[in-house]
Amino acid sequence: MKTANRFVPFLMLGAAVMFARAPFMIHDAPMESTMGLIQKIFYFHVPAASATFLAAAVCGIASALFLWRRNPAADHVAVSAAELAVVFGIIVLATGPLWARKAWGIWWQWDVRLTMTLVMWMVFVAYLLLRRFGGPGSEVLAAAVGLFGMALVPFIYISVNYWRTIHPTTNVVPSLPPEMAAPFWWSMLAFVLLFAAILIVRVRLESSRAALEDAYAALED
Amino acid sequence: MSLLRAGWIIARKDLVVEVRSRELAYTTLFFAVACVLVFAFAFVREGRALDDAAAGILWVSIAFSGTLALGRAFERERQNETLKALLLAPTERPAVYLGKLAGLLLLMLCVELVVVPVVGLLFGAPIFRAPFLLASLLAAGTLGFAGVGTLFAAMLVRAHSRDVLLPILLYPITVPVIIAGVRGTAAIFAADPNFDAAQSWLSMLIFFDAVFVTLAFWTFGPVMSE
Repeated sequence: MKTANRFVPFLMLGAAVMFARAPFMIHDAPMESTMGLIQKIFYFHVPAASATFLAAAVCGIASALFLWRRNPAADHVAVSAAELAVVFGIIVLATGPLWARKAWGIWWQWDVRLTMTLVMWMVFVAYLLLRRFGGPGSEVLAAAVGLFGMALVPFIYISVNYWRTIHPTTNVVPSLPPEMAAPFWWSMLAFVLLFAAILIVRVRLESSRAALEDAYAALED
Repeated sequence: MSLLRAGWIIARKDLVVEVRSRELAYTTLFFAVACVLVFAFAFVREGRALDDAAAGILWVSIAFSGTLALGRAFERERQNETLKALLLAPTERPAVYLGKLAGLLLLMLCVELVVVPVVGLLFGAPIFRAPFLLASLLAAGTLGFAGVGTLFAAMLVRAHSRDVLLPILLYPITVPVIIAGVRGTAAIFAADPNFDAAQSWLSMLIFFDAVFVTLAFWTFGPVMSE
């Protein structure tokens, strides 16, 4: 953890520089032939979605570790990742409908990716609600929710995919022309750096909070 | 004592308590029928139900009444301070999970025995068109719902505001059960029934059950230990 903390300023600086330059790169990228300007949402929408799923995966793995090993550090990572999943999820769920309104003519569609993102986002909101209002011992219960939330993703994907779909598939990204791929991967890296920086800071905050709580408890005994 | 035998003893205990008081059976059943009725006012226009409404109403009623039963089943253990005794029993923790799950499953299936004909009656749903397929969908869906629900209801027993938290946690996680159950049942009830689609939804439900009941079975021990 100590070594990870030392990276934070560099990660923050890297993310800040990259986010400052990203709008210029996105501006210079060629217009998409059918969707035009609105397609530029893509450069933030997809990296934010990737960050959401990354956060969800981190939370699920950390929850499983906490559940079986009872390592407090794993719990701190899990709660931090869950918060990040909710925050990045809000970016995805806000940019998605804006894009959909222009591209498909509707705000929302019960498509596989949209449904999956929404349900997963709700699982992590429920996770945070449980931790906030569950009282003492809720971190163990929340760990089970995190684990189930991660296991849920493929099922929603399969069920809604079978039901209906119009969202573009993952094949879009590898087939991007180089002028579009450059700003896309630039944004992607910026989001990942931001994610890593916030995660480390948040884990540090959570560990300090837990240490303070333990100190209070020791004082009362 | 084997795991299954211990589970059976716990399930039998719950059933004996239930047969004597009939609290859960009556309240859950009445709630499920009341749900169907409320939906009937929303989805019946000029004497005819909207397409696919029957399947949706059936599954929503099952999910709502199931949540009620799950909460009550563990609330009873908490009120009588018997949960600790149950967890202290000289058997493996997963046996408690299996026993509770079996008792709740039986209860929910009994409720469905009444709710399905009520939906058939009020919405003109052809419940005897593919009775075996419909029964399998209901059984698999109920197992998935109760399998996740039993774990969550058990672990929330000690939490604050558990009444609100149970549905908040349970509904997002059982979304695949609701989708598969509703779509599968709608495929059977449709004017032009598609049994192949219902069959694939059934396989999807069984797959969900296998993964989530196993996962709940594994997590029950670590979650319920202090």
